[in-house]
Amino acid sequence: MFTWLHKLGSPPVLYRFAERAAPWCKWTAFALLAAGLVGGLILAPPDYQQGDGFRIIYIHVPSAILSLFVFAYMAVASAVGLIWRLRMAHAVTAAAAPLGAAFTLMALVTGSLWGKPMWGTFWVWDARLTSELVLFFIYLGYMAVANAFPDQRTGDRAGAILALVGAIDVPIVHYSVHWWATLHQGATLKLSGSNMPASMLWPLLVMMVAFLLYFGWLLTIRLRTEILRRERRASWVMRLAGQ
Amino acid sequence: MHSFHEFLTMGGFAAYVWPAYAVGLVVFVGSGWQSRRGLSKALARAARRAQEVEK
Amino acid sequence: MLKELLKRELLIAWRRPGEALTPVVFFLVTSMLFPLGLSPSATLLRPLAPGIIWIVAFLAGMLGLQRLFRADYEDGTLEQLLISPRPLTLIILVKAVGHWLVTGLPVVIGGGVVAAMLFVPARYIVTVVAGLLLGTPILTMLGTMVAALTVSLRQAAVLGPVLILPLVTPVLIFGAHSTTLAMQGQSSAQAFEALAAMFILSVSLLPAAAAVALRISHEG
Repeated sequence: MFTWLHKLGSPPVLYRFAERAAPWCKWTAFALLAAGLVGGLILAPPDYQQGDGFRIIYIHVPSAILSLFVFAYMAVASAVGLIWRLRMAHAVTAAAAPLGAAFTLMALVTGSLWGKPMWGTFWVWDARLTSELVLFFIYLGYMAVANAFPDQRTGDRAGAILALVGAIDVPIVHYSVHWWATLHQGATLKLSGSNMPASMLWPLLVMMVAFLLYFGWLLTIRLRTEILRRERRASWVMRLAGQ
Repeated sequence: MHSFHEFLTMGGFAAYVWPAYAVGLVVFVGSGWQSRRGLSKALARAARRAQEVEK
Repeated sequence: MLKELLKRELLIAWRRPGEALTPVVFFLVTSMLFPLGLSPSATLLRPLAPGIIWIVAFLAGMLGLQRLFRADYEDGTLEQLLISPRPLTLIILVKAVGHWLVTGLPVVIGGGVVAAMLFVPARYIVTVVAGLLLGTPILTMLGTMVAALTVSLRQAAVLGPVLILPLVTPVLIFGAHSTTLAMQGQSSAQAFEALAAMFILSVSLLPAAAAVALRISHEG
């Protein structure tokens, strides 16, 4: 496993890997998105309490889950990059960050649109929304720090520290806001129940995997861009570009 | 779903459901387009640099 | 040697009282803006007091951040610290303690005064001070880490607060509500436990993180 990881630490190998993974991610993602949308928008029956309004769940929950997953992914990549001094791990983190931020923004906006008909208000300071908002700022903070240093390596490593500290912070924020929100608002609001009927649940699972693969596809693209930018003086890049 | 009309109106929640999906579409398409553009620009720049080196 | 370092930090603060006093003066002045800007009524200010005190304490903490490492970075002292035989983590902890004594402790004391001026009942002022006593060191430690990350950047003053804000959110919540709960007659034990936990976490982990960040910034 480690030799494979180490091999991927080589820029041309990683580039090739990303290139080959791209179409798999892309087409599977599209297929699953189509299936999920049909399942969620058409096949799933209206909810007993929320009617057809609940269908926002098929966009909202996957984006929220991805927003958290991408940050965890960035934290792991940052740790790998710092501990094993792999430049490419930092490239992965940098490539993933804007995507994670986009998912976070999407989660916030769709959550807001869901909140209005369901709770009567566009915004609620509940644990999930608030900690998601904080996560959005952490993403922005990472992108600001990683790009603030003239030296790429310094920026990478400074960003990596921030990603790791943020990773510890996100659950702390969530818990503290949950505590605060339950103090002031009584019952916490559940955005998805685990006792959903199968006809409602499967499109959600499909959409979650679809979002993950879509992220994977875009990551292969952005990662290649990062690699080309960082390794622009390398001879393998010259050879590649000449083709 | 019982009718196309029901599909469109989303049981009265159309004003919320469709914009939510629209946001999803915009983010997906936008990030996809922007990412691909970034890659093609990077490839073009690398090609130009490779040509300059050859000279 | 660490004792000397602490003494040096305090001496520097003594020689530059303006720099050292800015946070606490800001704290007092800005707190006073609230009655002026909102309303002098006790019924309005009293429930808001804990939140106001903690928010302004946090903002005051932001002001003083750069003095932690910037001067040393610019005059070369930082390099000396980096190659010192003493562990960098300990050095940073000592600097942070010095910084807190100069900028944080006055805010803790000032917090009691501001609490009284914002009509917090006398028996809860202890709660305010106790909370700040736990919370301001956490803010200092978070600030130390962010300062270490941004010491070499020109735009550090702008970037610092942005980076700190997400990290400080839990401290703000538990800190302010420790007093709010007490004033409502409920137990603030849970809030204080959370503050204590964050205190222990930040004092034990953040100096090391700041050390790594400082080395990274310096190499860059």
